[in-house]
Amino acid sequence: MIDPIILFFLLGAVAGLLRSELRLPAAVYEFVSIVLLLAIGLKGGVELAKQPFLSLLPHMLVVIAMGFVLTLVAFPVLRYLGRFKRADAASIAAHYGSVSVGTFAVVVAYLGSRQIAFEEHMPLLLVMLEVPAILVGIVLARGLSRETRWKSVAHEVFLGKGIVLLLGGLLIGWAAGPEGLKPIEPLFFDLFKGFLAVFLLEMGLITAKQLGSLRLYGPFLIGFGIVMPLFSALVGVGLGWAMGLSVGGTAILATLAASASYIAVPAAMRISVPEANPTLSLSAALGITFPFNVLLGIPIYYALAEWAHTFARG
Amino acid sequence: MHSHTRKLLTVITEAALEGTLVRDLDRLNAHGYTITDARGKGNRGVRDAGWEASGNIRVEVVCDAETATAIAAYLREHYYDDYAMILFMSDIAVLRPEKF
Repeated sequence: MIDPIILFFLLGAVAGLLRSELRLPAAVYEFVSIVLLLAIGLKGGVELAKQPFLSLLPHMLVVIAMGFVLTLVAFPVLRYLGRFKRADAASIAAHYGSVSVGTFAVVVAYLGSRQIAFEEHMPLLLVMLEVPAILVGIVLARGLSRETRWKSVAHEVFLGKGIVLLLGGLLIGWAAGPEGLKPIEPLFFDLFKGFLAVFLLEMGLITAKQLGSLRLYGPFLIGFGIVMPLFSALVGVGLGWAMGLSVGGTAILATLAASASYIAVPAAMRISVPEANPTLSLSAALGITFPFNVLLGIPIYYALAEWAHTFARG
Repeated sequence: MHSHTRKLLTVITEAALEGTLVRDLDRLNAHGYTITDARGKGNRGVRDAGWEASGNIRVEVVCDAETATAIAAYLREHYYDDYAMILFMSDIAVLRPEKF
């Protein structure tokens, strides 16, 4: 049975393709994404309180390393196989090394509706994975040039909406604990899927808009938008298994690896690497990879995670 | 009522540039500015403000001709190549010249 939230995404995409009048007011989209980010943070924070922070450190370091490596793998492929300009290749690589919170929310809902358990500190790993790719992307585009204003880059990266809300939610959840959060649970946890449905409706509309520009950039970018996430998911499954994550946790890590950023990275790249064409990376991340992950990728990554765990047990 | 002529400098550009642009304006001696969200279409495609990365802003600065020229030259040199940006100036009448 197809998850209804996926149907909302399809509705948005079809409405967009048919050029319907439908559009979500920007303020509503903003509000919905704020609620989702906070909800993800809060949920993770509650669980963080239950385990010593130091025990999570190895996981965090592995995930940061993964962010570096995925970006470094994507860059030469784009540069030499795809023949993109250096700045464009670096910018697209950074998008694919980072994560999409929307995709994360969908995989969480996917596992939730199938009652599959996963490690609750995944939101922390989500935050960790957001940043490294941006730094690598800037260095790949620029070299370690003095011109890069690292202070404003750092401001853009660490004080962007995503990180502030996720980390803020984590801290609030951690400080308040499950009992303390009871009064606000109805908004953030009970309505989570409803908000996600509205969010995906808008994402469908946005995705449909990207498809037009994809036609301009040809088959390589489309292929990259599908093959790169599959490759990244394999890396994620391998690492998740090696880190001793559960099947659910491994599936989430694979999805995190496979997803491509469309909020934090575009904003940072626009400021730090302005000569990179933003349409290229956005149409790949939003036009191809996001719908691919939401519709097909997540079930595949879950199957991969399950397979890896069964295989390892013998 | 006696009025004075000043320049109204209007810049329409990507929302992503807002922070940087505001810093530039302060540095280039603009005494104030007004920013509104905007959408529209230009040679870099439709920018309909459906979400963060496709938003435009419209920045208006009232200042003397010298400052307006300086700002225009700076923006042209630094942003025209890589950003969706247009800029135009018009003469306007203000009542309190010392404010601008």
